[in-house]
Amino acid sequence: MGRAIVVRELTKRYGNVTAVDRISFEVEKGEVFGFLGPNGAGKTTTIRILTGLIKPDGGKAFVAGYDVLEDPIEVKQRIGVVPEVSNAYVDLTAWENLLLVGRLCGVPSQELKENAIKLLKEFGLYEVKDKLVRAFSKGMKQRLLLCMALINDPEVLFLDEPTSGLDVESARLLREKIVEYNKSGKTIFLSTHNMEEANQLCHRVAVINHGRIAAIDTPENLRAQSAELQYVEAAFDKVADLRELSENPNVVKVLSVGNKVRVYTVDPHTVVEFLVEFAKRNGLRILTLNTMMPSLEDVFLKLVKGREAVIR
Amino acid sequence: MNRLVEQLKRSLAVAEKNIKIYYLKGPVIVFGLVFPLFLALAYVIGRNIALEEFLPGLVGMTAFFTATSVGPSIVPWETRSRTLERLLCCPVALWAIILGDVLSSFLFGLIISVIPLALTLVLGIQLLNFVALLLGLVIANLCFAALGVLLSAYPPTDVPATTMMLSSLVKFPLVFISGVFVPVEQLPPWGVAIASISPLTYFTDMVRQLFMGKGVYPIAVDFLALTAFTVAFALATIKLHERTMTKRLS
Repeated sequence: MGRAIVVRELTKRYGNVTAVDRISFEVEKGEVFGFLGPNGAGKTTTIRILTGLIKPDGGKAFVAGYDVLEDPIEVKQRIGVVPEVSNAYVDLTAWENLLLVGRLCGVPSQELKENAIKLLKEFGLYEVKDKLVRAFSKGMKQRLLLCMALINDPEVLFLDEPTSGLDVESARLLREKIVEYNKSGKTIFLSTHNMEEANQLCHRVAVINHGRIAAIDTPENLRAQSAELQYVEAAFDKVADLRELSENPNVVKVLSVGNKVRVYTVDPHTVVEFLVEFAKRNGLRILTLNTMMPSLEDVFLKLVKGREAVIR
Repeated sequence: MNRLVEQLKRSLAVAEKNIKIYYLKGPVIVFGLVFPLFLALAYVIGRNIALEEFLPGLVGMTAFFTATSVGPSIVPWETRSRTLERLLCCPVALWAIILGDVLSSFLFGLIISVIPLALTLVLGIQLLNFVALLLGLVIANLCFAALGVLLSAYPPTDVPATTMMLSSLVKFPLVFISGVFVPVEQLPPWGVAIASISPLTYFTDMVRQLFMGKGVYPIAVDFLALTAFTVAFALATIKLHERTMTKRLS
């Protein structure tokens, strides 16, 4: 397959603050790679280094086979970028924006026009192509940004919070397009806050916190590695005294959530048996009983804030 | 070589974008057209000045104000709207973006400079060498355009009004020391010395010679000085923007 992105010991400092602290990772060609982290974790700084916008203070990064520091123009020739905040020219029309970016990428004139028409139609913007972007809704602007990122048929797409703040329809369309373009062979580097989105779209995710990589794996493996975040959720017909549950050695933590009791454990099977016994002994009727795997969000919170923040 | 040609083509795309967006922006109209017009009227009205005597200054001032009116606003504007990040994400070298900004400023200056030039033709005022004046206009507008973009490099602000104000602080004193209103030859020696550090001095001197046959420096020196200023401004612009670009993106 080969690698689309290789990052080695990448470091970036702003004064005394180390925004990115010796991070290393690789992204395979054709992969959707999620980049998760809280605000200020170093996600945008990393993307800016990888897209040649800013220079690192240390380390190496290669994108599409080119050194970001040595050959930034060659890197930019092979990537498309959708930034966190819309940066299309609002005083130009959608058509003019696309042609501008295409010309800046050196796309030949005829091919550029054909690509622009195809993309505008695909993203439902063809009818408004001659309107100033100033009049566009957020969803339309975001779709246009994706068109602009795709105008030069890039090998790698960098998407920084692409669906943040979008309406459901636009967000779904963008996700569908991400999957579609990934299937056509494009590598996607996706920074997102949306855990469900990362879970659905990404082959692997990296969690970055305080400028360092906290974990890299598939969403499934990350969840499996956080076995202590599994829980059994039960609802009883009456209010029960839960102290006995907490005393069980297989139980990590007991939490009341509405009329349900959430019992965290590394051994859900034993806890289910214990809960059934507990109900019998206390004359309780079990209304619902579910074993739950940790969500990617749980794993994320555990990695960035520590276990205590999750199991409060 | 191919890479260079490609980058130059991309500079043209940047310039074309600037023309569409910035020529009609308020500060550009005010500082590029309204200001020099009113300054000229304030100087001429009620005074008995022959047009031939004032035209060199008018041509110089028009070129200077118009060519420096677009440049200072582009980068701060694009920093604020984050379109600068969009440009820098594209495979365009920073020097090519700067060149595009200079080109759009240059064209604005050149187009508006044609107005006083046309006035000389309409009024039948004699010119010693029309081609030399055209060449002078080209190099002078290029020089002033590079100065305009240089003025936007520091401080790395995202407020266009800040750079417009700071650039006015540089531009207005230059107009007064560059022989626009008072010919350089009438200045005291220290005035001539100060005038020699202004690129506008060499342009007004050149135009004065082409209109009236009298000036301080030989025309070749005027051309050389303007060329040297252009190169210096262009290099300084690229270097300074390179140094401040990270701050603009943070």
